Amino acid sequence: MSLTDEQTMTLEAYADTIIPGEKRGPDDRAIAGVATGGGAVAAGALDILQTEAGGLAAVLGGLADMLDKHVLAYAEEHGIELDPTAPPFVALSYQDRVGVVSMLCRPGHPEKQMWVNLAMFSNMAFDTGAHLSTARAFETGHPGLLHLGFRRPDSDGLWRFPEYSYRRPLASPHPATTPSGSPA
Amino acid sequence: MTTVDNTDVVVIGSGFGGAIAAYHLAAGGARVTVLERGPWLTADEFDQDFLLGSSTTRIFDFTVGNGMSVLGGNCVGGGSVVYFAAMPRVPGFVFERKGSIGRRMWPAALSRPTLDPWYDRVEESLQVTKSDWNTVPYAGGLFGAACAAAGRTANPVPTCVNADECVNCNWMMSGCKYDAKKSLLLNYLPAALAHGARIRPLHEVQKIVRTDDGGYRVHFSVLDEVDYRVHHETGAIDAKIVIVAAGAGATPSILMRSAAELGPMPAAVGRHFSGNGERLNTAILDEDKVREVLGLSRSDGVPFEAGQIGKGPCVATWDDLDGSKPEYDRYSLEQLYFPPGLGTILAQVPDATGPTWFGPEKKAMMAKWQSWLTIFTMIEDDNEGVFGPPPPTGNSYRVSQQMFGLGSLSYDPTPNTLHGWEITDAEVKRIMERDGLSKVMPWTNDLVGAYTVHPLASCRIGDDPATSALDDRHELRGHPGIFVTDGSAVPCALTVNPAMTIAALAERAMPGIVAALRERGVDVSYGAPTPEGATSSRAALQPHLLPD
Repeated sequence: MSLTDEQTMTLEAYADTIIPGEKRGPDDRAIAGVATGGGAVAAGALDILQTEAGGLAAVLGGLADMLDKHVLAYAEEHGIELDPTAPPFVALSYQDRVGVVSMLCRPGHPEKQMWVNLAMFSNMAFDTGAHLSTARAFETGHPGLLHLGFRRPDSDGLWRFPEYSYRRPLASPHPATTPSGSPA
Repeated sequence: MTTVDNTDVVVIGSGFGGAIAAYHLAAGGARVTVLERGPWLTADEFDQDFLLGSSTTRIFDFTVGNGMSVLGGNCVGGGSVVYFAAMPRVPGFVFERKGSIGRRMWPAALSRPTLDPWYDRVEESLQVTKSDWNTVPYAGGLFGAACAAAGRTANPVPTCVNADECVNCNWMMSGCKYDAKKSLLLNYLPAALAHGARIRPLHEVQKIVRTDDGGYRVHFSVLDEVDYRVHHETGAIDAKIVIVAAGAGATPSILMRSAAELGPMPAAVGRHFSGNGERLNTAILDEDKVREVLGLSRSDGVPFEAGQIGKGPCVATWDDLDGSKPEYDRYSLEQLYFPPGLGTILAQVPDATGPTWFGPEKKAMMAKWQSWLTIFTMIEDDNEGVFGPPPPTGNSYRVSQQMFGLGSLSYDPTPNTLHGWEITDAEVKRIMERDGLSKVMPWTNDLVGAYTVHPLASCRIGDDPATSALDDRHELRGHPGIFVTDGSAVPCALTVNPAMTIAALAERAMPGIVAALRERGVDVSYGAPTPEGATSSRAALQPHLLPD
């Protein structure tokens, strides 16, 4: 199911609240711009959310619309006047976006699971780029893997760490350790 | 139209409980069919790739419940393919635990001395070896050094990873490409196949019903190999004996769904679930302090920055596995690796001024990911997990094509469990924040509840019919001929990694199951050597065989 521009902006703003990044240009309203470097959106949050494998693609538009309804209630409660030229969640300051996400993902909120799912996939876009093969993610300079400092594989695409150990005893074993190395 | 096959034994699941049963019963002469709902992959098919649809998601399940999320294997070989292969034996005091029922939870027949011979067999079969500091990766070494500086002992943990074959890539949750991890794909399962057992992957058992001849009919559906939400044909197999070993997160769903036709289940089916008391803390290391306080430096001069390097948990501290301490005060702490994907979202920012699990401060924390050290806590929880009505199929409502689903398990930690987590959080903080070594925060339980990679006890053995679903021979009370041999049979949290104990209990259950088969007229014997013993024997024999 294709998303409207407003729905896309709303979901981008949600993902950007989870792992914020820098604006893509002066007219970028979805990204709040509270961090430097690419965030969840640049890492491919919308791509991963729309994969068939992820399982959320069919409900994304509905989630965006529900989010905006929650924002209207939140804005009224907090006396916030929303700019009508942007979708309600996008119109919020970053601080209020945090307020809405915190409210929806709070234990006990009846819709918590779906908002946590959206947050998990947004985070996963950033920390794995799981809509891409990891080799391809590195080729495209995936901002999340680079941010984590995830090491690149060897030339055959596999990881090996020949240097991996301090190679010396660093603590005394428990005195009751059995001969096979287990607790007594 | 459902076609019906026929065999002596159906084994549901091919993890430790299933593979061990399949081997011994097939080796003894029984006809054995293993139904495994996950795919069948071998080393060359394991990917080092986060892509959705790679082996990372094909062979792993993440089932979110209400207050508890369960992570586990979903493939031929089960948990042994995706786990971190730490194989300690359980300390003796655990067998005396009373938990919240006020009396010993384990059957009288079981204690550490009575289980030790079965541990010995598993040690041989899976090539469990005692690790040493020369092969402990940086993360384990650092945790050991921090423990020593804080006045604690620390042990390299016994594992079934061959250190000479391991490249310390830390991709073992996606399956070991190098076969350095001695999963069940390398011992019990090939040995079972050699004795004629059949393994059917992507066969998800939905229910068990009784047949007129006193046996059972096991109904399954065949899952799509890419989209596990899609079921293709259905079928059934008749058997004299059924062994349920679908894992502690799935066995209760099968039995509870079967109750409508099999008759009432014991009250303990789907109750008394334990998450093995598990919890994680993340320490964000100050690299300079690693050098100054602990005197550690890699060969390239960097103190640590090695969060990605290694082979899962390699060092644990066991000072609080002390039987003289009161129950709920005993625990172990273990260094762990948790890959991205699920391994960063729950980690919380120390000293946050804004949200702890997302936002700009979390992003800044993630920039130090190579300097994260994850500490795994295993306490004594209170068996407080309860399964709700099973979903229509499987053990979850699958959201994604693979891996991610929503289950029916509820878990509301009691004050005892919360106490255990509180004292261990404090001790991790004491060890890891000493002299400014790091800043520590536990993972949040607010998003997916508590979480466990070691689900246990949801269909447990015991002597008391009111609080145990199985007798001490693992037979399901009131349903003769159905046995449960997976982690759900373990009575309680173990304070250490449980795979060794699940496997040892399965080994111990085999003579009784052989006897049950013989009672039903199957010509089967017990006494096969460990599969590794047979392998070793064949290898030793090879040079002496005459060429054709």
